[in-house]
Amino acid sequence: MFAFLVRRVFAGVVMVIVMSLVTFVLFFASPVDIAAYACGKNCSPAIKEQTRKALGYDDPTLVQWKDFMGGIVKGRVYPNDPELREAAPQLVTKCDAPCFGYSQLNLKTVNEEISEALPVTASLAVFALILWLIGGVALGSIAALTKGSFLDRGLVGISLVFYAFPTFFIGLLLLKFVSIKWGLWDTPVYTPIAEGGVGKWLYNLFLPSLTLAVVFMAAYVRMTRAFVLEAMSEDYIRTAHSKGLSRGRVLRKHTLRAALTPLVTMAGLDFAGLMGGAIITEFVFNFNGLGKLVVEANRTYDLPTIIGVVILAASFVIIMNIIVDVLYAVIDPRVRLG
Amino acid sequence: MDSSVNLAKPAPGSSSAAAETFLSVRDLMVHFPTSDGVVKSVNGLSFDLKAGETLGIVGESGSGKSVSSMAIMGLHYGTGAKISGEIVLEGTDLLQLTPDEMRRKRGQDVAMIFQDPLSAMHPYYTVGNQIMEAYRVHNDVSKAEAKRRAIEMLDRVGIPNPDRRVNDYPHQFSGGMRQRAMIAMGLINNPGLLIADEPTTALDVTVQAQILDLLQDLQREFNSAIIIITHDLGVVAEMADDVLVMYAGRAVEHGPCKEILTHPEMPYTWGLLSSVPDVTGDTDARLIPIPGNPPSLLNPPSGCAFHPRCIHRDKVPGDLCRTTMPDLVPGQRGAHHTKRCHLANSDAIYQNEVLPEIAPDLADELPEEQR
Repeated sequence: MFAFLVRRVFAGVVMVIVMSLVTFVLFFASPVDIAAYACGKNCSPAIKEQTRKALGYDDPTLVQWKDFMGGIVKGRVYPNDPELREAAPQLVTKCDAPCFGYSQLNLKTVNEEISEALPVTASLAVFALILWLIGGVALGSIAALTKGSFLDRGLVGISLVFYAFPTFFIGLLLLKFVSIKWGLWDTPVYTPIAEGGVGKWLYNLFLPSLTLAVVFMAAYVRMTRAFVLEAMSEDYIRTAHSKGLSRGRVLRKHTLRAALTPLVTMAGLDFAGLMGGAIITEFVFNFNGLGKLVVEANRTYDLPTIIGVVILAASFVIIMNIIVDVLYAVIDPRVRLG
Repeated sequence: MDSSVNLAKPAPGSSSAAAETFLSVRDLMVHFPTSDGVVKSVNGLSFDLKAGETLGIVGESGSGKSVSSMAIMGLHYGTGAKISGEIVLEGTDLLQLTPDEMRRKRGQDVAMIFQDPLSAMHPYYTVGNQIMEAYRVHNDVSKAEAKRRAIEMLDRVGIPNPDRRVNDYPHQFSGGMRQRAMIAMGLINNPGLLIADEPTTALDVTVQAQILDLLQDLQREFNSAIIIITHDLGVVAEMADDVLVMYAGRAVEHGPCKEILTHPEMPYTWGLLSSVPDVTGDTDARLIPIPGNPPSLLNPPSGCAFHPRCIHRDKVPGDLCRTTMPDLVPGQRGAHHTKRCHLANSDAIYQNEVLPEIAPDLADELPEEQR
C-alpha cells in the first residue's frame, strides 16, 4: 500500500511537470505575437520589445519554464528583468514559494487568482456531486427495482432527455423561469461562507449546482440502473435470498454494495474533471470560478494564469485517480494494490 | 467436534417419524409467461421424500431440475412465474404461504447450496460474515454468539483453523473449501431439507468425493432430507436413495436408485447412462451421446417430448410416440419403478441391445447375476 502510494505520487509529480512543459511549448508555438497583442494599437517596435520584456516573454521558452519551476520551489520576484525592477521599484511584486507566476494583465499573482476562484469552483463541484450522487443512485435503484414499469420507463426516458440537454440550456432555463419569471429563487451571486454564513452560501450555490448535477444525474440514473440490474442477477444475490433475508436487507447489504462499486470510479473522475472548472455553469451564473478564470486567460493570452490553472486541474485528476484506486482496494477485498 | 450443539434443535421429523413422508410435491407446475408465449419449465412434477433420505434429480440442462428446486425454496417470488400444485413440507403447503412466511422458512427449514461456490458467495463480505448472517436472520443472538456458531460449523465441515479462516474472504478459499463453507451456511440452522444444486459440478474430482462424503456424514448426523440435483449419474449412484429423471419439465422415470441404474426402462435414461464414461470400464465400451438437443419448452414436441431424439421409437407400434404423451406408470418391474414410455418390453431391449454396447463386460456378467 505504502509503496503503491509512493510510486503513484511520484508518477503524478512527473506527469504534472511534463504537462507544464507541454503547456509552455504549446503556448509559445501559437502564431500570435503576445507582446504585440498586449501593447495595443499604437505600438512601435521599441515599445513592443519593452512590453515583451515587461511581461517576461523575452527569454527562450525553456529558460522561462525553468524560471517558472524555480518559482514553485523557491519563489521569485516580478518583473523578471533586474533593470525593470530598478527602474520602477514601486511595481516590484514578491511571490513566495510555491509561486505559480504573476499575471501582468490582472496585476495579481496566480496564487491569488486561484485562491479566489478555487473556493467557488470547489463549492459548486462538491454540492453538485452530492446532489447528483444522491439523486442518481436513488432514482437509478428505483428504476432497477421497478424494471419494466411505467415508473422505470419514465425515469429512463426523462434521464435521456436531460442527458441530451446542454448544460447552458438547463442553466438558462433555471435562471429565466425559477429566478426571474416566477421569482422562486433569488438570482444566485456567489457569497463566501465568511460573508454570508453557511445558509446564504448554500442558497446561492443551489441553482448552479443543480444545473451541473442534472446532466450528471441523468447519466448516473442510467448507470446505477444498469449496475443494480446486473448485480441482482448475480448468484450471490440468490444465495442471500435463499438464506431467508428480507428483500430490503438483500438490496441494502448485498445488491447495492456490489452495484455501487463501479460508480465510485466514475464519480471520482467526474468530480476531478469538475474541479478544474465548470466553465459553462460558471459563465451562465457569472460565478468567478476556475473555469471562467482560465477562459478569460486564454482570451487575453495570459500565460501565467493558464499554466497555473492547467497544473491545478491536472493535479486534481491525478490525485482523484490515486484516491479512487485506494478506495477500490478498500471496497473490494479482491483488489490488491501493488 | 461435539455434536450436542448441532443437535440442540432436533431435526424435524427425526427418529420416530423417520418413515413418514417429509416432503411431498404434487403436480408442481412452474410456468414463465414471456412475450413469445408460456415457457413450461416444470409441468406436473410429483415426488415424495422421507426424512434422512436422498432424492437425486437428474436430467440435462433445461429439463426443469433447478426451476423445481427454486420453487421449493420459494425463490421464484417476484419473477412473474406462475406456480401451481402442492409442495407440502411437514404438513404445510409452501405454495399457500405468504412471501414473508416463506421467507422465514428459507434457510431455517429448507436450505440450498449452489453449483459454483465462488459466484454464490458475495465477494465483498467475509465467509464468516455471510455464515453469521444466515444464522442471525433466524436466531436472535449476538454477533459474538453467531460468530462462535459459524466457527463451530466451519470446523464441522472440515475447514482447518476455522477461527482464523472465518475472517477470510471467499476468494481466499479454495474451491472445495468454498463449497464446504456453503454447506456450513446451508446447515447452520439445521434445516430439515437441504437442496444441493449440482454441488460438485464446479469442483475437482478428488474434492467432489470429499464433498459428497461430507454431505452424507452430515445427513446422518442431522437426519435431514436431501435433494441432490445433478447430471452426473456417478453422484447419484453414490448419494441417492431414489432417483427422478426429468426431461422437458416432466418426470420420465422414477424409482429406487439401484433399480433405476441397473434396470432403466426409459430410452432417455439409457442415453444418460450411455454418456457416462467409466474409469474402470473396458475401453471397447462406447460413449454414445444422445442425438439432438433438449426440446424447446415454449413449443414442446407433440406426444412424448423425447420422441424426436429417441432411437427406439420405431419399436412402438403405430404413431403412438408422436401423438400420445405416455403417462408416468409402473413399468415391467413393479409399482416402485415408474416410467413415462410407450415401449412394452423395455427391460429386454436394454439388456440385449443397449447394455452390450455401452458396457460389454457388464452385459456378459448380468445374465447369471440378475436374471
